Amino acid sequence: MATGVKSSAAQRIDTVAALRDAAITTLLAFGLFLPLIGFHTVTNIRNELELDTRWPLLFSIVAVVGVARLAYSFLLAPWLERIKLRPVATTTPAWRATFGKWFVPFCIGFVIVYPAIIIAATGFGGALKWVDNFGIQILIYVMLGWGLNIVVGLAGLLDLGYVAFYAVGAYAYALLAKEFGFSFWILLPLAGVMSSFWGILLGFPVLRLRGDYLAIVTLAFGEIIRIVLVNWVDVTNGYAGISGIPRPSFFGIPFNASDDGFAATFGLEFSPIYRTIFLYYLILALALLTAFVTVRLRRLPVGRAWEALREDEIACRSLGINTTHTKLTAFGMGAMFAGFAGSFFAARQGFISPESFTFLESATILAIVVLGGMGSQIGVAIAAIAMIGGTEIMRELEFLKHIFGESFDPTQYRMLLFGFAMVIIMVLRPRGLISSRAPSVFLKDPKPVPVDPVKQGHG
Amino acid sequence: MTNAGDILLRVEHLTMRFGGLVAVDDLSFEARQGEITALIGPNGAGKTTVFNCITGFYKPSEGRIGLCHGDAAIWSELDALTESGKRGITRGDSGLYLLERMPDYLVTQNARVARTFQNIRLFPGMTLLENLLVAQHNALMVASGYTLFGIFGLPSYHRAERASVEKARDWLNRVGLIHRADDPAGDLPYGDQRRLEIARAMCTDPVLLCLDEPAAGLNPRESALLNELLMSIGNEHGISILLIEHDMSVVMEISDHVVVLDYGIKISDGAPEVVRNDPKVIAAYLGVPDHELEKAGAEIGR
Repeated sequence: MATGVKSSAAQRIDTVAALRDAAITTLLAFGLFLPLIGFHTVTNIRNELELDTRWPLLFSIVAVVGVARLAYSFLLAPWLERIKLRPVATTTPAWRATFGKWFVPFCIGFVIVYPAIIIAATGFGGALKWVDNFGIQILIYVMLGWGLNIVVGLAGLLDLGYVAFYAVGAYAYALLAKEFGFSFWILLPLAGVMSSFWGILLGFPVLRLRGDYLAIVTLAFGEIIRIVLVNWVDVTNGYAGISGIPRPSFFGIPFNASDDGFAATFGLEFSPIYRTIFLYYLILALALLTAFVTVRLRRLPVGRAWEALREDEIACRSLGINTTHTKLTAFGMGAMFAGFAGSFFAARQGFISPESFTFLESATILAIVVLGGMGSQIGVAIAAIAMIGGTEIMRELEFLKHIFGESFDPTQYRMLLFGFAMVIIMVLRPRGLISSRAPSVFLKDPKPVPVDPVKQGHG
Repeated sequence: MTNAGDILLRVEHLTMRFGGLVAVDDLSFEARQGEITALIGPNGAGKTTVFNCITGFYKPSEGRIGLCHGDAAIWSELDALTESGKRGITRGDSGLYLLERMPDYLVTQNARVARTFQNIRLFPGMTLLENLLVAQHNALMVASGYTLFGIFGLPSYHRAERASVEKARDWLNRVGLIHRADDPAGDLPYGDQRRLEIARAMCTDPVLLCLDEPAAGLNPRESALLNELLMSIGNEHGISILLIEHDMSVVMEISDHVVVLDYGIKISDGAPEVVRNDPKVIAAYLGVPDHELEKAGAEIGR
C-alpha cells in the first residue's frame, strides 16, 4: 500500500514537471519559429516585398512540439527508464547468433536478385526508376562509404575532402574516354590509380596533422580540386561540365537500338532497362570488391597497423611501424575506391560537372560512415541505404502534397531528414549503428570487442 | 658469438637541450650484453629524456649512441661509421648502429631496440593477441609480400601468420595472460597491462629492451612477478635490459649495473652495492643540509 502511495506521489510530481517542461518547450518553439515561420515575405503584383503572416502554420507547429514534449515525458521517458532497469542479458540468445550468421549471405543474395524482383513487381517500365534511383544510387554511396571507412573508420584519419578523389576518378574517365576513346575496362583501373596518386599526394602535407587540423586541410583539398575543375575551362569545360561521355558496353556490345546492339544480339526487344541492369551489377561487383578487399586488408598486417594507428600512434612507432607509409597507404587505398566509384559515376551519367562534387557530397559520405559505425562494413551499408534511400523515398511521398498543399516539395526536406537521423542515432547509439569491433584474429573465441575501449582516433 | 659482458650500448657525451633547459648534460655510460642496467635518479633527473634519445623519439642536441649486434669486435669501426655519415653497418651477423641518426621506427626495426612507456601505451580496443601481432608487423609485412600476396591469400602468408600467432601465444603464456587472449587490452587490470606491454615489446625481437618504470603502480605481489619475468627475459633469451625505475627493491634485486642521474648529470655509475653507498646518491635522493650543498656540488663538478 505504502509503495502504491509513494509511486502515485512520484507520478504527480512527474506530471507537474512534465507540464512545466512542455510549457517551456512550447515557449521556446514559439520564440524560434515566430521569425522563421510566422512571418514571410511575398512579392506582390507591383514587384514590392510585403510582409505576410502564417499564424495557423506557426501555431500548429508549436502545438506539435508541445504535444511531442508531453508525450516524451509521459510515454518515452518512463519506457527508457524501464529499459535501463531491465537486467542486461549476459548471454546472447541463440536466434541472434543464427541471425548474425545468415544476415550477410541473405543481404548479398537479396541485392543479387533485386532487379528480378523489381521487374516482376513493377514490369519493365516501372523497374527503371527503382533499379536506377534506388539500386545504383545507393550502391555508389555504399561503395564510397566503404572506401572512406578505410581512412576514417580504420586508420582514424578524419577526411572531409573525400569527394575530391571521386571527382578525380570521374574526370579521369570522362576526359580519357572522350579524348582517346579508351574503353571503360581500361580506364576503370586507371582512374583508381590516378585517384590513389592524388590521395597519396594529399597524404604528404597532412602527415603531421591530427584531428581538427587534418579535417580542415582535407576540406581545403576537396575545395581546391572542385575549384580547379570549375576554372580550368580549357580542359574541364568549367561549370558547363563534360557531356557525351561514352557509356560502358557489354564486353564490346553497345547498349543501343542498333542491329549489333545488346538487345538485337541476344534476340531481345530493345529497352533501356538492360543497360541499367548491367550498370547495377557493375556497381554491385565494384562495391563487393571494395568490401572483400577491406575485409581482407583488416586481417593483414597493413590493416592491423591502420587500426593500431587509430588506437595509439606513438606506440606504433615504438613497435617499428613506419607511420608515414601506413597513413599514406590508408589515404591511397581509400582514394582508389573513390576513383573506381567516380569513373563508374561518369560512365553511368554520361555527363559530369563540378556541381556533383561539392562539399555536401563529402559530408554525406562522412555522415554515412559515422552513422553506420566507424569501421563497420554492415553498419555503413545500412546507413547508406537509410540516408540515400531515405532521400530518394522523399521524392515518392506525393501524398504529403495533399496535407501541406501543392507547393510542398518533399525533396526539399531531405536535409531535415539528415539532421533528424543524425540526432536520433547519435543520442541512441553515440558510436554509430554497429559500434562493436570484430577482432581481426583470435585464438578460441571471436567475440566482438565492445565499443568502450576502442579509440576513435585523433584524426 | 654473443658474449655476456661485451658492450652492447655505448652512450657518449649525450646532451639534450630544450630551448634554454639542459635536460641531459654530457652523459656517457655503457650497457653490457645480457645484463640489466638500471637508470635511476630523482624526479625530473632526465631519465625518460635519455630513453627518448636512445629510442629515437628525440634527436639529441649532441652526442653519440652506438649499438652493437653480435660480435663486439665491430666496435672498432665506430669512428669510421661516424665519419661515413651512415646510420649503421653490418658485417655478416654483426652490426653497428648509430641510434641518434635513426628515426624512432627504424630504431626498433633495424637496430632492434624495443621500449615500453611510463604511462602504458597499449592498443586498448584491440585484443591481446592483436596487440602482439601488431608488434610483429615488419616480419608479417614481408611475409605478406607488402600486402600483395596476402590479398590473394597465398599459403606462404598463412604459414607466417600462424607462426606469429604461435609466438604471441607463447608470450601470452609467459606473462600468464593466455586465458584473456581474445579480450580487449583496455579491459585488463593495470598490472596485467604492464606485463602485456613488455610481452608486446618482446614480440619485436629486440636485442635491447628499454623499460620506463615497469613497476610503477604495481602492488608488491605484482612487482615480484615482474622481477621474475625480467630476470627470465635476461637469462633465457640473453636479452639486455635498460630500465628506469623508482622502486629501489626492484632496482637492487635485479640489476647488474646502475647509473644514477641528477639534474641531467651522471652522479654515480657501478654495481648496485657501490651505488647504494655512494654519498652523492644518498645526497641526491635524501637532500643535504645547506652548508653541505656547496661541497656536494663541488664534488660532482657543478
